[in-house]
Amino acid sequence: MRDNVLMREALREALDEEMARDERVFLMGEDIADPMGGSYKITLGLSTKYGKHRVRNTPISEIAIVGAGVGAAITGMRPVAEIMYVDFLEVAMDQVVSQAAKIRYMSGGQLSVPLVIRCQGGPGRSAAAQHSQMLEAWFFHVPGLKVVMPSTPYDAKGLLKAAIRDDNPVIFFEQNGLYNTRGPVPDPGEDYTVPLGKADIKREGKDVTIVAYAQMTLFALQAAEQLAKEDGVEAEVVDLRTVSPWDKETVLRSFRKTGALVVAHQAVRQGGVGAEIAATVYEEALDLVDVEIARVGAKFAPTPFAPHLERYVIPGKDEIVAAVRTTLERGGRFGAVGQAAAQRAGAV
Amino acid sequence: MELLRVIDGEGRPLREAPCTDEDARALLERMIFLRAFDERAVALQRQGRIGTYAPYRGMEACQAGAASALSPEDWLLPTYRDHGAAMIHGLPVEEALAYWAGRVESYRAPAEVNVFPPAVPIATQIPHAAGIGWGLRRAGSAAAVLCFFGDGATSEGDFHEGINFAGVFRAPVVFFCQNNGYAISVPFSRQTAAASIAVRAAGYGIAGERVDGNDALAVLDAVRRALQRAREGGGPTLIEALTYRVGPHTTSDDPSRYRDPEEAQRLALGDPLERLRRYLAGRGAWDEADEARAQEAARARVAAAVRAVEAMAPPDPADIFAHVYGAEPLFFQEQRRRFLAELESAARPGAGGPAARGPAPGGAAGGPAVRTEGGGR
Ligand SMILES: Cc1ncc(C[n+]2csc(CCOP(=O)(O)OP(=O)(O)O)c2C)c(N)n1
Ligand SMILES: [Mg+2]
Repeated sequence: MRDNVLMREALREALDEEMARDERVFLMGEDIADPMGGSYKITLGLSTKYGKHRVRNTPISEIAIVGAGVGAAITGMRPVAEIMYVDFLEVAMDQVVSQAAKIRYMSGGQLSVPLVIRCQGGPGRSAAAQHSQMLEAWFFHVPGLKVVMPSTPYDAKGLLKAAIRDDNPVIFFEQNGLYNTRGPVPDPGEDYTVPLGKADIKREGKDVTIVAYAQMTLFALQAAEQLAKEDGVEAEVVDLRTVSPWDKETVLRSFRKTGALVVAHQAVRQGGVGAEIAATVYEEALDLVDVEIARVGAKFAPTPFAPHLERYVIPGKDEIVAAVRTTLERGGRFGAVGQAAAQRAGAV
Repeated sequence: MELLRVIDGEGRPLREAPCTDEDARALLERMIFLRAFDERAVALQRQGRIGTYAPYRGMEACQAGAASALSPEDWLLPTYRDHGAAMIHGLPVEEALAYWAGRVESYRAPAEVNVFPPAVPIATQIPHAAGIGWGLRRAGSAAAVLCFFGDGATSEGDFHEGINFAGVFRAPVVFFCQNNGYAISVPFSRQTAAASIAVRAAGYGIAGERVDGNDALAVLDAVRRALQRAREGGGPTLIEALTYRVGPHTTSDDPSRYRDPEEAQRLALGDPLERLRRYLAGRGAWDEADEARAQEAARARVAAAVRAVEAMAPPDPADIFAHVYGAEPLFFQEQRRRFLAELESAARPGAGGPAARGPAPGGAAGGPAVRTEGGGR
């Protein structure tokens, strides 16, 4: 085990190991071959190692990148298609939603599409309205697709390897703001996968459950530290890791323990993944008397170009802290926690 | 396909110029201004005074030559690299610069300036051009449309569908492709197996032409004729201008990683400014005094724009909701009201105020704590 591996290295190792393990795995996308090695350098060195036929630079044709990926997957290949920004996956929506996700169904189970679509994006870099969207909810809405959004290098590597071995189309969404984060990862060649569809409890707590994924998980952990220090609140942080299918059991188990839920993401709150989780938890927990549920998400506005405006639209740690406090104050039933929260409320 | 050239690499005339010396001088002055802007913008980015910037260095003949063919009522659709053309067509210089500084005040062309916002997702402006052209004709306007895009954009479905549409509807559009050899790191040879972009016009049943994109007079000539054809109902034209992206893709790119620095010399396209300068000097229509005057005027104009952008008031937080809707839905107005109320209460002494500035990765996205609505009972 190494302690300090960059997220981008972990992702590259996953691709490298899967290409070495399975001849059928190949990569295609814009600017991914050496010497460029991808706009964010995730595929750097791989075309040199495996040849340009297995790491293909393509024309700027998102429809064909996904569509040809679907075709190649049907023939038994294991394509990993890279779309430079998740925003550009919009161009190929039919290929994703009505082709990749539907071909198994439309062929009566005759065909399968073991395609991984890697894309990156997200806010935090002043990349403006068309280059920093969090669009996972669109794909979350589509039966037949899986959507993976890791928060740590360990999970990223294990999940990417699992996604490549999965027989379904998988959208693998890498949040740009995480590329330069570090964390422990097993040694290269030590084969491990992280199963799709399993959440991970990144911090245990008894007072409130914070459900997050991708970079918001890191903000949730920071929020939990602040709440512990300032309010004596112990938050449990559940990292979904896979957004679709989401791990209902783990979320419900945590919620039954804490009785309060905050679902947090940086995507627009309206119609977001958080809405589905909040509604499901509410429905499933009707037997509980007092439940408190809140959502944190981006405002219903495009992402501004100006960095000082972007921070008003996109939530982070502070918004999670505020939502937890509001939630617990409203509940007011957590004994010491509730009293502490009520005092805070009185003090403001 | 033949390559149209009016002057050679040394600025020697090859055929009759499409314009007077006076017009050619004006064209050179514009190119000198565009070069000054581009150089200053790169420097400002290096100093951290603006954000990432996409230089058009080496492509000034395309930018100024094509845009100089436009009449004021014509529409221009630029990409992120075509603010040079946009300024020539009347976009105020400070608005072009403000764009790269991330200001909402940018690219708000005055009402009489028909410049579209720059296309950053690739090729999306090509179908728009077909629609604008069609719309103008239906409205009885005599205006035409000039649509810029790169070699890489020709691989997108939007290119095919947009041009085919324009052909079918005989929309008055000039599709102007700057083939600068690269799409980020990918050379043109990897975009298409076709020998050129212009030959593809035949497949759409429209006129096609290939020009030396570093020859401002050739660009001006080809675009002017194509606009004329469009106005007379002759339908769209696809022009391929052969040029070279001398600089990086953007200021965050390092082209030495993926291309040979000698390559530009081998292409022998020459510097577009130098070529026109020599042409005019050869006719006794440009001397050192002209050059000094043009340089000084360009620098002053750019400096004034820099001052204007840097003097802009800090962005108003309420701008995050500006221009999302025309007539705003009630819930949207309510969202703004709530946001402003929270800002105000956060600004009250003792309330803590907005936290960490800037959206630092790994840090708080900051901003005022915003109360969220729960789904609970
Ligand atoms: C739909 C879409 N796909 C990919 C990109 C990423 N991208 C930005 S610029 C660029 C290269 C474009 O090359 P070209 O059209 O030749 O224009 P140039 O940059 O050379 O002016 C690419 C691939 C994008 N912005 N939009
Ligand atoms: Mg190009």
